[in-house]
Amino acid sequence: MGRSIFDKIWDAHVVCQRMDGRDLLFIDRHITHELHAPHAFKKLKAAGRKVRRPDITFSALDHTPASTPGRDDNTNPQSKPFLDAVRAASRENGVRVFDLDDADYGISHVVGPEIGMVLPGATHAVPDSHACTVGGLGALAFGCGTTELEHVLATQVMALVRPKRMRVHLEGKIGALASAKDVALKILSQIGVSGGRGHIIEFAGPVARALSIEGRLTLCNLTIEMGSRSGLVAPDDKTFDWLYGRPWAPKGAMWDRALAHWRTLPSDEDAIFEREVTVDCHGLQPQITWGTDPAQVIEVNGHAPNPADLPAEQRGAIERALDYMGLQAGQPLVGLPVHRIFIGSCTNARLPDLQEAAEIVRGQHVAQGVVALVSAGSARVKREAEAIGVDKVFRDAGFIWGESACSMCAGANGDRGEAGERILSTTNRNFENRQGRGVRTHLVGPALAAAAAIAGKIVDVPKMKAGE
Amino acid sequence: MKAFTRIMGTAIPFLEDDVNTDQIAPMGAGARMSEDYAQTLFQHRRHSADGAEIPDFVFNQPQFRTGAMLISGRNFGCGSSRESAVWTFLAIGVTCIITRSFADMYRENCLQNGILPITLPDAQADQLEAAVVAANGAAPFAVDLVSQEIKGPHGLRIAFDISPADRARLLEGLDDIGLTLKHKAEIEAFEKKMAQHIPWSQRADASSL
Ligand code: SF4
Repeated sequence: MGRSIFDKIWDAHVVCQRMDGRDLLFIDRHITHELHAPHAFKKLKAAGRKVRRPDITFSALDHTPASTPGRDDNTNPQSKPFLDAVRAASRENGVRVFDLDDADYGISHVVGPEIGMVLPGATHAVPDSHACTVGGLGALAFGCGTTELEHVLATQVMALVRPKRMRVHLEGKIGALASAKDVALKILSQIGVSGGRGHIIEFAGPVARALSIEGRLTLCNLTIEMGSRSGLVAPDDKTFDWLYGRPWAPKGAMWDRALAHWRTLPSDEDAIFEREVTVDCHGLQPQITWGTDPAQVIEVNGHAPNPADLPAEQRGAIERALDYMGLQAGQPLVGLPVHRIFIGSCTNARLPDLQEAAEIVRGQHVAQGVVALVSAGSARVKREAEAIGVDKVFRDAGFIWGESACSMCAGANGDRGEAGERILSTTNRNFENRQGRGVRTHLVGPALAAAAAIAGKIVDVPKMKAGE
Repeated sequence: MKAFTRIMGTAIPFLEDDVNTDQIAPMGAGARMSEDYAQTLFQHRRHSADGAEIPDFVFNQPQFRTGAMLISGRNFGCGSSRESAVWTFLAIGVTCIITRSFADMYRENCLQNGILPITLPDAQADQLEAAVVAANGAAPFAVDLVSQEIKGPHGLRIAFDISPADRARLLEGLDDIGLTLKHKAEIEAFEKKMAQHIPWSQRADASSL
């Protein structure tokens, strides 16, 4: 019987079955972060244990540092104790920290792929639910809780029940103004926030193949929003070209050996999936969330739903979301004034995302009263953007060109909006209060976020581009 | 980890679907190193913008400020992996969460902390919800992991399923890391084997291989 890419990676990493029937899955690369690691390191120490494999364990400092240009440890005073705790515990255990001044600093899910640390066919763990991002390279990643994090530190394995397999076929050719984020939002609108529960999703079909690697990373980033703990895209020549020459990727004869192995990873023709879904992406237009969960998605020129059109049992949740978002039933979103724009996060802050937004912004200015912040996904992305003048495009237009950090994605660093503000954000969660108490978040791709910053309101990008 | 055998006490009805961990344990105005988890629980939903408590929000009602178990809807605990969304419930005494379904990572975080996660099919969930709402905190409910039964007022008895492995783990309050470390030799052998077959998998910076 044929095997899927998931089966191949899983089977290759099962150390043994634990006495309770769970598989012990070896974790090839583990990146912790300062928000959750201090607690786990403390418990580890209290139990008299050490990090088993400091050589494949790393600490990111992404959630709490300020994004203020020129920031240091103290710019966000609440960050300092987290940073110091992780630095101390990492030093004690011989774990490398991607510190604020490190050339490889950044959000863990951005840094892992870009330095060539996470590779196709590898297993990966991060105590952040968006670990699934690296599935874009054909790696199998698991977000984990704090206790699981401690478990990985102590043992280098995760004790898991084998998930089921799901395949999402992405058919058609997306519209010129749509990007990977719109594909992910479209899938969410179709399968919902629990559509992938208990499954690992493989994204397949012409749309998945046509996406750039950065696009695949964006797509896989949102797998967790679909209720699935992980998702991946099988690696192909595009993946290998993207990885070739990255600082930590294998070189020379070892590259050839790795390449031969990676080519065996894609799912066999006759692989079995417990669930198969097809999403028609033909002519896909920019998407936007109107509500408070990431599956409440419409085309940008669409209308918020009207509860009266819905079955009675669905009305309550929709009404509550409309109310929170300050929307009337059936109202169009285009034209709504926006207060803040955030372009950043592990979802949409790699170089092509910033370039996509910069193209819209070039030569224009952020609308009066709008605060627009760009925070690159990593120090490398920031450097590369600066080298080609992308930072200048944003700064000239009145954007804040911030330091790399998670920033407004979860607001753990204090970057938050004010109650009642409407924010267009390239992040992954539009939950109530996530970006600040009473803040109304709309999830969008970089182009739409940029266009709204200039217009000061939600705009129909396709129409705008057509010069109407 | 504390073992779970049986509990008895107030059942808190929170009958919503897709309750995410950002709601259960919001980050507040930013991250803090030490937190009062009981205080954090549904902080934003409990208070209006001016800081006043919303009296009819379920966790503000006097009978539901603490409790033994929580009853909720579908896809409970979706979103962020933050384990604080489990600790907040422990902080008010809840050690059993009964839903129509759980988000995968949340269920795992429950097991890691000695919280019994029970999933009920719709018919049984309807029955339990009705009883819990009717009791309104005035009559106790019991959950017995040994007999795999939920008991309530007026002779209510609902059987539940749980995998034998998860059941054993909770009943014995096993140290998960200790359990895995019994396989230390196998982990070492695996590392050696991989270093041979897929050398780049065992070296974070594989460029120097
Ligand atoms: S950017 Fe957001 S989702 Fe990504 S790692 Fe940071 S907090 Fe998590």
